[in-house]
Amino acid sequence: MQALYAQLLVGLINGSFYALLSLGLAVIFGMLNIINFAHGALYMMGAFVAYFLLNLGGINYWWALLIAPIIVGIFGMILERTMLQWLTGLDHLYGLLLTFGIALIVQGVFQNYFGSSGLPYAIPDQLKGGMNLGFMFLPVYRGWVVIFSLVVCLATWFLIEKTRLGAYLRAATENPTLVRAFGINVPRMITLTYGLGVGLAALAGVLSAPINQVRPLMGADLIIVVFAVVVIGGMGSIMGSIITGFALGVIEGLTKYFYPEASNTVVFVLMVLVLLVKPTGLTGRAA
Amino acid sequence: MTALTDDTLPVTPRAMRDEMIVFALMALLLAAVPFTGIYPFFVMQALCFALLACAFNLLIGYGGLLSFGHAMFLGTAGYCSAHALKVWGLPPELGIVVGVAAAFLLSIVTGFISIRRQGIYFSMITLALSQLLYFIYLQAPFTHGEDGIQGIPQGHLFGVFDLSKPTVLYYVVLVGFLAGFLLIYRIINSPFGEVLKSIRENEQRAISLGYRTDQYKFLAFVLSGTLAGFAGSLKVFVAQNASLTDVHWSMSGEVVLMTLVGGLGTIFGPVVGAFVIIAMQQYLASFGQWVTVIQGGIFVICVLTFRRGVIGEIAHYLRRSL
Repeated sequence: MQALYAQLLVGLINGSFYALLSLGLAVIFGMLNIINFAHGALYMMGAFVAYFLLNLGGINYWWALLIAPIIVGIFGMILERTMLQWLTGLDHLYGLLLTFGIALIVQGVFQNYFGSSGLPYAIPDQLKGGMNLGFMFLPVYRGWVVIFSLVVCLATWFLIEKTRLGAYLRAATENPTLVRAFGINVPRMITLTYGLGVGLAALAGVLSAPINQVRPLMGADLIIVVFAVVVIGGMGSIMGSIITGFALGVIEGLTKYFYPEASNTVVFVLMVLVLLVKPTGLTGRAA
Repeated sequence: MTALTDDTLPVTPRAMRDEMIVFALMALLLAAVPFTGIYPFFVMQALCFALLACAFNLLIGYGGLLSFGHAMFLGTAGYCSAHALKVWGLPPELGIVVGVAAAFLLSIVTGFISIRRQGIYFSMITLALSQLLYFIYLQAPFTHGEDGIQGIPQGHLFGVFDLSKPTVLYYVVLVGFLAGFLLIYRIINSPFGEVLKSIRENEQRAISLGYRTDQYKFLAFVLSGTLAGFAGSLKVFVAQNASLTDVHWSMSGEVVLMTLVGGLGTIFGPVVGAFVIIAMQQYLASFGQWVTVIQGGIFVICVLTFRRGVIGEIAHYLRRSL
């Protein structure tokens, strides 16, 4: 049973990353109509920024949790201002191709300087060790990742669904022209939205740095799994992305315990099954 | 949906004539390669990728469907042909048949699944499916995992042509490429191709005219996947190995890049794009990871400033269909 709980925990952690990343993808898609292929590369940048902050600036994990998403978010906003905004009105496919190119550039540059091996990032002192829950041993850091991600996801949901700013955002998703007519600066909102989505990816990167090590290609395969998560959940609902993300992480963890050979593929297989049964995805609006 | 290409020129006898002249020139140039001292291995490799890119272009340029998983057909056909040649000891022609048949079956299954969603979702689904296959091939015993299938015998095609001779192999690959290219050209200019273009331009209208657009897209997917498989089988004879590189997502990305550089929805664009990208990889091989960075840069530049691609720009300038 110990091993089962351990795999469930790993599943919940992966689920946190899926949720944070697919949430960002959904928010970006809503405003920009772009599937951000660079999401995995920006996730990786988040981890690297945390690594640089610690090793070059002596800035600890807690500050990195705040600073890394801001730095990567600003980088993302520059990308949006200089490149993505020119794609307005073009076929959606060009957004995918452009962000794929950006991902290749970012990953290539990091690979060139850091190779493909992982750089270690130590768990902060306050989160070291573990506690005995009676039925299992819980490493504190892993528990922290799950709870913190959940809080961030719910906060993002609250921001978008329950606040005035979120209402503008949702309105601009539906009808940007009309929202502009009300005197709201929609292009600036689009830029900030991209920054927010990218910041969430970078935050996931910082969280994963002590667990998965910091590697230039850490986001390359992850983003494809997240795409499958997005296809399964659909991008229509924020809460849908969060729940699907966590649920698929848990299913993947269970697979690792019961049938480890399929743990790499189970999300893709589930995607196929969902497409066969309900082609519009679980939270189903037609695209 | 805004049009992906600006190929609004009607298919006229003149356009057909222009295209046939260019085709004849291309065939002559390629046939002359062994006499020029150009390294034939490079051209053969480029021809395999050119065919792959043409097959991919059939789907995006004429069907408006961006597949981000075309490496799965290349790799699957490659693995199956390689296995048939090496383990079963089949002659080359049957090895190719096995590979193409495998790609055909795979494209039926994956097409059935992925055609259910449109646009951006279609791209994500094909990418996820090819990643699924990547992991299967990584674990399956017959692919030999990270090592791949190596030292594949080239044999005698139809018992006559000795494929271990570079010149013979070159002409066999060239004939295979030209046959595949002509088939795609024929498909594009058939009534089926015209319906496909109308779906790309305005699917709702095509539906209202009574076309079952899903069936057309499915058929285009299967044709494209099978032809991509043919490219994969040919490539086995050139490279004499089949490895995980051919099923990796980065390979799918390269095919997209080749077609984008040459010109989406142009007839000769994918061929030009394949030669450009393969040549670039050849000459920049010593720069290591910078090649990836440069490829990414080309993506960005193409999308931002050069969406018609090389051939698309030339065709637009000459107001011809190429």
